[in-house]
Amino acid sequence: MTATAPDGARSFRWRRRSVLPGFGLSLGYTIVYLSLIVLIPLAGLGIRSASLGWDQFWAIAFDRRVLLALQLSFGSALIAAIINTVFGVLVAWVLVRYRFPGRRWLDAAVDLPFALPTAVAGIALATLYAPNGPFGALLDDWFGLRVGFTSFGVVMALIFVGLPFVVRTVQPVLEEIDRETEEVAATLGARRWRTVTRVIFPALLPAILTGFALSFARGVGEYGSVIFIASNLPFQSEIAPLLIVIKLEENNYAGATAIATIMLVISFAMLFVINLLQAWSRKWFGHE
Amino acid sequence: MRLKLIALAASLALAACGGQSSSAASEIALLNVSYDPTRELYEEFNADFSAAYKTPGGKTVKVNMSHGGSGKQARSVIDGLDADVVTLALQNDIDVIAKETGKIPADWRTKLAANSAPYTSTIVFLVRAGNPKNIKDWNDLVLPGVGVITPNPKTSGGARWNYLAAWAYASKQFAGDETKIKEFVSALYKNVLKLDSGARGSTVTFTQQGTGDVLITWENEGFLTLREEDGDKYQMIYPSLSIRAEPPVAVVPGNAEKKDPEQLQAAEDYLKHLYSAAGQRIAAKHYYRPNDPAVADPADVARFQPVEMVTIDDPLFGGWAQAQPKHFDDGGLYDQIFTVR
Repeated sequence: MTATAPDGARSFRWRRRSVLPGFGLSLGYTIVYLSLIVLIPLAGLGIRSASLGWDQFWAIAFDRRVLLALQLSFGSALIAAIINTVFGVLVAWVLVRYRFPGRRWLDAAVDLPFALPTAVAGIALATLYAPNGPFGALLDDWFGLRVGFTSFGVVMALIFVGLPFVVRTVQPVLEEIDRETEEVAATLGARRWRTVTRVIFPALLPAILTGFALSFARGVGEYGSVIFIASNLPFQSEIAPLLIVIKLEENNYAGATAIATIMLVISFAMLFVINLLQAWSRKWFGHE
Repeated sequence: MRLKLIALAASLALAACGGQSSSAASEIALLNVSYDPTRELYEEFNADFSAAYKTPGGKTVKVNMSHGGSGKQARSVIDGLDADVVTLALQNDIDVIAKETGKIPADWRTKLAANSAPYTSTIVFLVRAGNPKNIKDWNDLVLPGVGVITPNPKTSGGARWNYLAAWAYASKQFAGDETKIKEFVSALYKNVLKLDSGARGSTVTFTQQGTGDVLITWENEGFLTLREEDGDKYQMIYPSLSIRAEPPVAVVPGNAEKKDPEQLQAAEDYLKHLYSAAGQRIAAKHYYRPNDPAVADPADVARFQPVEMVTIDDPLFGGWAQAQPKHFDDGGLYDQIFTVR
């Protein structure tokens, strides 16, 4: 078995027996599983879009309509992820640190966006925020702000679907933080704000970044809820996944995969940067 | 132990698959892949067909339905959905299946009467009760401040008919001057508040979400909306010129032949039944214009107002084979109207 390969020239890691048994088997299983579920479909995408020449690929990538769609998808996912991060941490904080009646109900409600079919969420949001809907009419009257069938609506839908990702990644870490460290900070003379910024926040940062990344990634790929609340008009509020569907309807598989590949590359780059940030924050604040 | 478990799981999975296909030896199951607004029509039609029909070999026939956006349904059939018959919104969607898979003969349109369209419909407007914006015709739809709801022609068959009807009107107004037609259609789509992916989605946007002043839709979809409990909140307007929408039907021999020896026969008879007096009557009842109004209920037929209609085979469009690439392909006229500023 590879786990006990005696050849020292390969790598010392392979020779060292782990305390846990079954490394070779479980690693093999992991690789096969990830290949089947993730890598092979993605490779198919790459091959499909490779059938395009570079010229065609760039022509699609820099088409104004595609650029605007990508800008809307990534821009609104980013805004939604930022809003979710701020309010998700707040929600997690309230749920973990305070005890009040109905807390469990609130806690359970956080998961609803996970469970609800996104189309249902989209229809509900569109009905509420349509220009004639109960909220949409109010916002329009008070602030002249149109949410339904505009880019704001897209952000609104992405906030909805992305919220649980932040809450559910931050919550367990917050629960794990030892209250005693805060008490120690207090006895050492740290003021409350200083305790939050120098003791709690650093410990939470990796989880916050993970939540942010998940919420962002979800927002980029979201289709079901957004098409109901966006106007879907070309050049105005047309998300990139809709453009992919449109290309498919046009029988333009190559064009569709080209946009998908661009989205994948941008997402990968952004998630990579977030991972780097996370590693950096672990080092910086000394939480290994 | 592990191997045994895998073998067990595999055999269970096989049994589950096998169970479905080997059952019902005395019954044939047809799959009709259709588009969105035909649900009610085929529910009744299938029951009527199954009740009386037996194949020459004495088998009964059960019809299963699949509904969805017309283009998406065509794509599913191309990707392997085992349709025995397709009843779609657009001739082009069936043409694409024929071209991509070869499971439908290229001359499918000649297999049944009236270009294989047993019923037709047309494009109308639905406005709010009392018609507060006083919308009478297509030229009212380009006025500033009029909110228009229509689905996305890229994803919806009905939406293509809507677009082409507007185009036909503009062509008549501007005597075929393409620049002016484009400006007109462009102005119309500038008034669109939301492009849903299908006709039913647009109906929901217009009714449930109370958005827009006018919904451009199928005549049959308009009638269905008026029949709903809050139908008195809307009224139907016939424009001065519309288009004759011909939702075609076709057998998919490439799929049907592989199943029961009588499958193909049953599929053909199923579609022929659409042309029978009973089929025409059911179509009219569900607000589709029957090819033969004489056999339908006169009260049903009386609901359809006469309206001047162009057809897709008019020289203006030159049939779907020309209209599809010219208007709806990537970079086609429909894409261009959004860049007219």
